[in-house]
Amino acid sequence: MNAEIEEARAPGNVAAPDLGPGLGASDRAARPLAIEARGLIKRFDGFTAVDGVDLSVPEGAVYGILGPNGAGKTTTLRMLLGIIDPDQGYRRILGADKPHDVARAIGYLPEERGLYPSMKAYEAIAFIGALRGLPLKEGRRRGRELLEAHGLGYAADRQIRQMSKGMAQQVQILGTLVHRPRLVILDEPFSGLDALNQGKLETVIRNLAAEGTTVIFSTHVIAHAERLCDEVAIIAGGKVPFAGPVDVARDRIPPQVRLETRAEDGPWRAALPADARHEGRHWYFALPATGIEPLLRSLIEGDAGILSLSIERAGLHDAFVAIAGEAAARALEAATPEEEGK
Amino acid sequence: MSVIGTRPANRLSLLAAAFVIARRDFQAVLFSRSFFFFLLGPLFPLLIAGLAGGVGEKMNASVRQPQLGVALPATEVDALIGAQHALSVQLGDAVPQLLVLKRLGAQEAFDPRAALTPGVHADVAAVLTGTLQRPVLTGTRGQIEQWRGPVGLLAAAAIQGVPGPPPTVVLQGTVSSGASDRKGQMLTAQAAQTLLFLLTMLLAGMVLSNLVEEKGNKVIEILAAAIPMDAVFLGKLFAMLGVSFVGIAVWGSTAGLFTLATGGAAGGQIAALPTPAIGWPALFALGVIYFAMAYLLIGSVFLAIGSLAATVREVQTLSMPATMMQLVVFFLASYAMTQPGGRAETFAVIFPFSSPYAMLARAAQQPGLGQHVLAIGWQALCVMVMVRAGSRMFRKRVMKSGPSGVKRKGLFARLRRRRA
Repeated sequence: MNAEIEEARAPGNVAAPDLGPGLGASDRAARPLAIEARGLIKRFDGFTAVDGVDLSVPEGAVYGILGPNGAGKTTTLRMLLGIIDPDQGYRRILGADKPHDVARAIGYLPEERGLYPSMKAYEAIAFIGALRGLPLKEGRRRGRELLEAHGLGYAADRQIRQMSKGMAQQVQILGTLVHRPRLVILDEPFSGLDALNQGKLETVIRNLAAEGTTVIFSTHVIAHAERLCDEVAIIAGGKVPFAGPVDVARDRIPPQVRLETRAEDGPWRAALPADARHEGRHWYFALPATGIEPLLRSLIEGDAGILSLSIERAGLHDAFVAIAGEAAARALEAATPEEEGK
Repeated sequence: MSVIGTRPANRLSLLAAAFVIARRDFQAVLFSRSFFFFLLGPLFPLLIAGLAGGVGEKMNASVRQPQLGVALPATEVDALIGAQHALSVQLGDAVPQLLVLKRLGAQEAFDPRAALTPGVHADVAAVLTGTLQRPVLTGTRGQIEQWRGPVGLLAAAAIQGVPGPPPTVVLQGTVSSGASDRKGQMLTAQAAQTLLFLLTMLLAGMVLSNLVEEKGNKVIEILAAAIPMDAVFLGKLFAMLGVSFVGIAVWGSTAGLFTLATGGAAGGQIAALPTPAIGWPALFALGVIYFAMAYLLIGSVFLAIGSLAATVREVQTLSMPATMMQLVVFFLASYAMTQPGGRAETFAVIFPFSSPYAMLARAAQQPGLGQHVLAIGWQALCVMVMVRAGSRMFRKRVMKSGPSGVKRKGLFARLRRRRA
C-alpha cells in the first residue's frame, strides 16, 4: 500500500501551528488582560451597531477582530479607546476604566486615515507622538529614525500632501508606534496598502509581538488574521459569536479527510460517511468521531487500494463560515479586494 | 522596528494636551493664507466706512437747502428780506432762506397749495402768505412745525425792526464738562464694543472653518483617541486666541507707525477722547480680557455647531443663526450701555454672551474694578461649561460608525427621521 497519511495539525496529536509567540491555554490563563470588555452595546439613532460584545485580550497577544464591513469592528475599537462611550457594558484597558488615563501606553491607527496635509512626514510622526506625551523634539528625532528604518528616509521632509496615499499611510503607522506603546490598536491596517507593504506591515506586527507589545487589529481579510493572530474575535451584525484562540476556532469544524483510492467501487464504500463528497479521483468527508484507525482498517479490509489519504485541519475561513454563517462570509468575501487577500 | 526602551505611562494633563493642539494650530494658522486675510480683515470695515462717508458727504453736498416761499404784499416783502439777512448773521441756518414767489398787489389772492405742487418750485418746502401781522404758513406738518418759531421771529423783526448789534460774548473754553465727558465716554465704550464684536466674529469664523477642515482630513479621530475632546476644544480656542493676539500686535504696530508717519495726528485724536472711568491702561487690559472671554464663549458655540454638522453646507446653515444671535447680543449690549443701572443693562451684564461687551462699556463709564473681577470669573465659568458641553456633543455626534445609511446622514436627516 502506498498510502501517504498526513495528520498535520490534527487535534490531539499534533503540535499547534507556529504562529510566533502563540499562547497556550495555561499561558493564556496566566497572562493579565490588556483589554477586558463585557456586554458592550452601542446604538446610533435606533440602530444597534454593537450588541453585547465581550472581549478578553491577553497582554502580549496578537488579536484579530474579524468581520465584514459594518459588522461593528470600528465602533467596538472606538469604544475600547474611549473615543465614544458605550451605551451599556464596561471596558477596562491596561487596567484603567478610562482609556484616556493610559493614553500614553496606547497607539491607534484609525480606519479613516488622516494627517495634516501641510505637515512634513517626520513632523506628522512627532505630532502623533506628542499627543501621546512624547516630547516634540524626541518625536522629531524618532520620526526621522523610523522613516529611515522603513525605507522612507528620503521623504522625511516631504509634506503629506506631496505623498501617495500608501506612503502617507505608512507615515501614520509609524506615528502610531513612535512613542513605543504597550498596546497597539490598528483598524483595518492593511487596507490601502499594496502587497509589498502589506508584507512589511505583517513583519512590523510580528516584531511588536516578539517584543511583548499587545497588538489588536481589525480586518475583513481572513488570511491576515490567520497568519498573524494568536486569538480572534469573530464579529457579525454587532455580535461576537466567537472569541478565543485561532486553534479553538478552527477546531469548531472537524478535520477534513481527503482520500484517493485505486478501486472505484467495492465493499469499502460502506465505510465512508453518508455525506462523503466525490470530486474527481478524491473523496472528501469530515473525520469520523471514532478517529482515523477504524476507517483505515475498513478501507484496507474492503480492498479500496488507498493511493493517498490526508487529514486537513479546517482553515479559519471554514471556521468563520461555521461560526458567523454563510451570509457573513459572503459579505466578508465581497469586501475583500484581490490584493488584500494575499 | 525597535520598540525597546522606556515606556511612558498614564496620560497628558488637560492643559498639556490642549497645549499640543494649540501649538500645532497656532503654527499652522500663522503660516497660512487665511492669516494674511485675517490681518487684512480690519481694512475692509475701514474701507467701507471711508467709502460710505465719502458717498454721504457727496449726497449732503448735492441736497439743496429747503426754501420758504413768500407771497406777501409787495410792501412787506422787502422788510421781510431785510430781517432775514440781519437775523441769519446771528442765527445762521436756523433762519430759513426765502424765495419770493409773488409780490402781491392790493386784494390780490395767492394759492399756496398750488405753489407746493410737486414740480412747480422744487426747493420750496413751505409757503408764507397772509400779512406780517397775520402770517399764514402752509406746508407739510413737520416742516411748518419746524419753521413756526423762525417765521414768527422774522415777521416780528420785519415789523419792529431788527435789533441793534448784539453785545460781544467773551468765550472761555474748558476741556470737558459733565455732559461732554459722559457723551465722550459713551463713544469710547461704543467704539470698544464694536471693535470687540468685529474681532470676535472674525475669529469665531476661523475656528469653525479650522474644525471643519479637521473633520474633512480625518485627523479628528487621532486626536479624540489620544486626548479628551475638552483638550482638543481648548487647544483650538486658545490657538486662535494666540493668533488674534499676534494680529492685534500687528495692527497696533501698524497704527503706531501710521501715527508716527502722520506726525502724531492720529494719536492726537485718540488723546482727545475723554479718559475712561477706570483709566486708559485698565481699559486696555480689560479690553483684552473681555475680548478673550467674548471670543472663547462664541468660539465654543461655533465648535459645538461644527460638531453637529456633517457637511460644510450644514456648518454654513447652522452658523448663520449663531451669527444672528451674536448680532442681537451686540445690539443688546449697545442698548444696555445707554441705560446704566437699568434692567436691560443688568441682563446684558449677567447673560454670558453679552456680558463681555456690557462690562467693557461699564469700564468706560463707571469706576471700580471689583465688578470686573466678578464678571470675568462668571464668564470663565461659562466658558468652561460651554467647552464641556460642546465637546460632549462632539463626541456624541461625530464619531459614528456602522452601515453607510446610518453614519453618513447629516443633522437634518436625523431630525427628519426623529420627526417621522
